[in-house]
Amino acid sequence: MTALLEIEDVHKAFGGLQALAGASLAVEEGAIAGLIGPNGSGKTTLFNVVTGYERPDRGVVRLQGESIAGLSPDRVFARGLGRTFQLSRIFGRLTVLENMLVATQRRQTWLRGVLRHAGSAAERARALELLEFVGIAELAALPAGNLSYGQRKLLELAYVLVADPDVLLLDEPAGGVNPTLVNQIADRIRELNRSGKTFLVVEHDLGFVMDLCVPVTVLDQGMALCTGMPEEVRRDPAVLDAYLGGADEDEVEGAAEAVR
Amino acid sequence: MTGETSLLRRGGVFAATLAVTAAFVLFPLVFSNPTTTSIAFFVLIYMIAATAWNVFSGLSGYIALGHAVFFGAGAYTLAVGAEKLNVSAGWTPFALVPLAGIVAGAIAIPFGLISLRTRRHTFVVITIAIFFIFQTLAFNLSFTGGSSGLQTPFPLWTAVGYNQRFYYVALVVLVATVAMAVVVRRSRLGLQLLAIRDDEDRALGLGVRTSRVKLFAFTLSAIPVGMAGAVYAYFLGQIFPQFAFDPLFDITIALMAFFGGLATVVGPLLGALVLESMQQEFTLRFSAGGGIYLIAYGALFLVVILVMPRGVVPTLRDALANARERRAGSPGPGVRVHAPLRSRP
Repeated sequence: MTALLEIEDVHKAFGGLQALAGASLAVEEGAIAGLIGPNGSGKTTLFNVVTGYERPDRGVVRLQGESIAGLSPDRVFARGLGRTFQLSRIFGRLTVLENMLVATQRRQTWLRGVLRHAGSAAERARALELLEFVGIAELAALPAGNLSYGQRKLLELAYVLVADPDVLLLDEPAGGVNPTLVNQIADRIRELNRSGKTFLVVEHDLGFVMDLCVPVTVLDQGMALCTGMPEEVRRDPAVLDAYLGGADEDEVEGAAEAVR
Repeated sequence: MTGETSLLRRGGVFAATLAVTAAFVLFPLVFSNPTTTSIAFFVLIYMIAATAWNVFSGLSGYIALGHAVFFGAGAYTLAVGAEKLNVSAGWTPFALVPLAGIVAGAIAIPFGLISLRTRRHTFVVITIAIFFIFQTLAFNLSFTGGSSGLQTPFPLWTAVGYNQRFYYVALVVLVATVAMAVVVRRSRLGLQLLAIRDDEDRALGLGVRTSRVKLFAFTLSAIPVGMAGAVYAYFLGQIFPQFAFDPLFDITIALMAFFGGLATVVGPLLGALVLESMQQEFTLRFSAGGGIYLIAYGALFLVVILVMPRGVVPTLRDALANARERRAGSPGPGVRVHAPLRSRP
């Protein structure tokens, strides 16, 4: 059991809708694991369960061998697991730099929380360094609400990094972003990975996933259909069926194109 | 911004703060007419309450309409305390003011634990509901004197000296409250509250312990309101449940903060100054038509909301910043909509 993040037999229902029906997944340390699946297959719900936004009905989530299922999001984050959202969620009326400082982890008493300045010089320097890394340092003083969609994705990646998490869950990091920025994001992920970060990436852009991720897991109807190298997954008939079956002609061709 | 201009600006802010403080200190000496100082006293009371309210509601975006609970609790703490402890009139009853703050803070904890489980509109409604529970209690509990209210000790001071003493006590509480507001605004707590305002769940996912942060700020904001209530009760000499626990108080302090600008330090002060002195003036002038001030109040409000919906202070500040940038000729990275962490109170 060397997996850093283990998800076993997780169930989650919303009323009559079984969003997760025994999903299992293991992310090895140092991997950039991919998670794909048709719309409504439970990818985001799985992220929500793992990061504490939803409580699983049943099942186990372990980070570094310790159970984190049912912990609140702030505690999960404190354990070293950060995430980004499909629709970027930033603090629109704070500046970009202040957004970064929110994520600063500092254990302190209440009184010190009131008396100390929002960000120490070291914390500000570190925040600027990370903004430099993702390429938006020159926007540090702007209100985050003024950022473009792609810049928000970069900011979200940067502020999750503030706390130096071991594992990052990225929900559609390339969704709706222009191709240049997509490459930039992929490069940053690779670079972080080389420095020891582990990733689990949900993405609809199959080309992006196939280039970046090993291994790739396919989720369908709340269950992991298969896991393997991108080429194996690509050829798996069950995957093609899940992805392509039931879709209309255009989508089938589009998806098949992307897979090829 | 270069270090030099930032230093210059900080010096300017310091000088302005000093000048304003001096004006506040000198005011009742220069204008010693009791009618004027009485208005000034009420302005200070509302400045305390609106500033304290803003520390929680302005920063977190949780619009609380139940702070009259803390005001009333403070008022009754002084009245009941003076009665039970047989406090003689004079300066001694003011010793109960900090106690009133503590009582208000103690009430804020269960109040917050219950109401802060909800958000947005539900939160507003819950705070109003809790307010009415307290008002009903004040009418019906035995130690509050029911609807006939309570008397506070009556000091034998001259009219001029009476108002001046109360004015300075209120000023001390106000200075402490503003200091708290400035410190919170610049602190990590303040940043976390602003993050909660923008996206509470995201803040939680970044490690902000939102429940604690909200409860702490809510309690902090209750304390000065309780102290203001105590000073107010002693000033009036008697309190009744409907005035100590007044729903209009809830709305008034929220409107003052809105008027001046939420999440700013100067905004609630300006709001209280303009709205409370206006209300007092109207009440004095048209004693028969108590409703006239409400009409003028409403009209002024509509104008402010139409012309500067974010409040007076943020709108003026941005206008100034834009003008300065244009004069400097620097194109800048973009239009600055808002610069929250700047140390400009």
